[in-house]
Amino acid sequence: MSPAEGSWWELLGRLVRGYDQSLRLGHEAEVRRELQEQEDIVLLLLFGEAMGLPNPASYYTLELYPALIESYHEWHQRMGMDHSPLDHIRCC
Amino acid sequence: MNAIWLAVAVVALYIVGWLWYSRFLAERIYCLDPRFTTPAHRYRDGVDFVPTNKWVLWGHHFTSVAGAAPIVGPAIAMYWGWGPALAWVALGTVFAAGVHDFGALVLSNRHRGQSVGTMANRLIGRRAKLLFLFIILILILMVNAVFAWVIANLFITNPAAVLPVILQVPVAIWIGYMVLRRGGSLLVPSLIALVIMYGTAILTTHYEFLQIDLVRWFGGEGETTALFGLEATPASFLVWILVLLAYVYFASTLPVWKLLQPRDYINAQQLVVGLGILYIGLFVMQPEVTAPAYNTEATTSWFPLLFITIACGAISGFHGLVASGTSSKQLDKETDARTVGYLGALGEGTLALITIIAVATLFASTAEFTDSYSSFAAAGQAGVGNFVEGASQLAGGIGIPSDVAATIVALIIVCFAATTLDSAVRLLRYIIGELGTEYRIPNLTRRHVATSLAVGLTAFLVLVPDGGEGLGSGGYLLWPLFGTSNQLLAGITLMLISLWLYRKGRSPIPTLIPMVFLLAMTIWAMTEQVVLEWSGLREADAEWLLFGLGAVILGFAIWILLEAVRLFRSRDELEALRDPADEEPERERS
Repeated sequence: MSPAEGSWWELLGRLVRGYDQSLRLGHEAEVRRELQEQEDIVLLLLFGEAMGLPNPASYYTLELYPALIESYHEWHQRMGMDHSPLDHIRCC
Repeated sequence: MNAIWLAVAVVALYIVGWLWYSRFLAERIYCLDPRFTTPAHRYRDGVDFVPTNKWVLWGHHFTSVAGAAPIVGPAIAMYWGWGPALAWVALGTVFAAGVHDFGALVLSNRHRGQSVGTMANRLIGRRAKLLFLFIILILILMVNAVFAWVIANLFITNPAAVLPVILQVPVAIWIGYMVLRRGGSLLVPSLIALVIMYGTAILTTHYEFLQIDLVRWFGGEGETTALFGLEATPASFLVWILVLLAYVYFASTLPVWKLLQPRDYINAQQLVVGLGILYIGLFVMQPEVTAPAYNTEATTSWFPLLFITIACGAISGFHGLVASGTSSKQLDKETDARTVGYLGALGEGTLALITIIAVATLFASTAEFTDSYSSFAAAGQAGVGNFVEGASQLAGGIGIPSDVAATIVALIIVCFAATTLDSAVRLLRYIIGELGTEYRIPNLTRRHVATSLAVGLTAFLVLVPDGGEGLGSGGYLLWPLFGTSNQLLAGITLMLISLWLYRKGRSPIPTLIPMVFLLAMTIWAMTEQVVLEWSGLREADAEWLLFGLGAVILGFAIWILLEAVRLFRSRDELEALRDPADEEPERERS
């Protein structure tokens, strides 16, 4: 390919890239906003309690209570605690 | 006369406007300063505030503002002949739209990227906020009703376009998901989308069984159907409207990235492809202008109705919302505003221009033109259809068969209108919610209550007006009301720009003249329509729906005029518009 052809090719590439960029400008912002929102939710769930925010996940994990209560009781006895160390789980 | 001369003359005027007038505005009136720190840099957040290359931003701004409206308006205004429509589009774009879009961008740039609504609120207070919300509410309701009518009509007249339009929805959702999960460019997927849609359009044009032709399914035109005893055409209209509104309900409650944005991207490609094909077709075919320059048989006067029939394409308040809402947050340098704002307006002007040329070259003779545009009401009904035919004739210039071209043109208009409908219902929901908060009606702020109300109002407005041929024949009657509310919005923006210039001690004449002109034409046209036409004072029957809506808009127009007069007289209140960010370069210099 001669240098002239190369520069034409480059120019065309730049034009296509510019065209694509101009069309996707709004779209990218929306995708970034959505991804940011998803990340915010994950961070909130992971670190919310550390910052004094009540974790909404515990409300849902309450449903696991009946399934876990027996193994939880065995666990705290194995650990050498006669009674449940957590106030809100009263197995004994 | 060769139609190329029309294009050459108007484009030459655009170039003169771009080279001289926009430079005059940039240097003497808006006094652009390349050293000013734009909001994109000051508040850079990677989402809304992103410094962007000016040509990229221009492309984005242009494709965001251009849609179906600059096609519908000029196609209807051809009723008065191509002369008045062309003159208003050319002069309006250069002296009003360019000034307005450019000014809105600069004003927002100097006020931390705030939108026109927020600035009006700061200057006039709660009154302006409500005024603004109500005008946008009416504007959106009108655009919803008219576009729903346009889509249903095109589906009935071009049944081959239905399937490709429906296909756009799953393809857009697929693109949306792919880009969210994997990232990367949309260029290739959207080109595939275009190939699928246009390929389907070719198939549906040739194979009748692929056409979703409700009128035929209902037994053909004139047949009575089981659907409320309606005839086949009104029954098909009703079905399409209900399908459309159900679609809009779901589409507008989805996240933006899922459907609306990828659809917008595909549509932007269609706009570029469409404009390219039509202009190349024009230069290859060199068709003769067959429509009269001035329709001497027009019974409805062009003055002042022309100025509210063509809003988008000559000047449109909606551009101010886009310029101040998104584009101003992405300006890399203040001096880029000239390219993005002024040239963006010229871009839309070229779409209005090709619409006028497509319709002006469609007819075999002047008699045929007069037949199609026999009255202003007939023009409203036939305008878009004439554009579809005219454009398909121009597309013939590059070898596309006219029946396939007609399907594709109808498809493009429907896609534009459907996307507008989606974003408009979304916006309507926010406005209804905002009004709910303002007037303490918490139920209105709920998503599904607000959306139901938005969709219900749209359905009411599109089904009620009677064009004389039964259900759904009168949606186009609302078009002048859309134009009027759009002009009023532009009026508010021009008022804000003028006030800003006045406070800065610069001449507000370039913005004040279009503002006064727009308000005067709007008030004049609305007074004539509301007081004389729709009230039933003349020979026509009273149209109470139009009368009510028109009277409200007329009231708003007078309100804006009074506010403008009051603000120009009170220097103290003008200070409310002062923004510390605006003074920055002056401070640095001194």
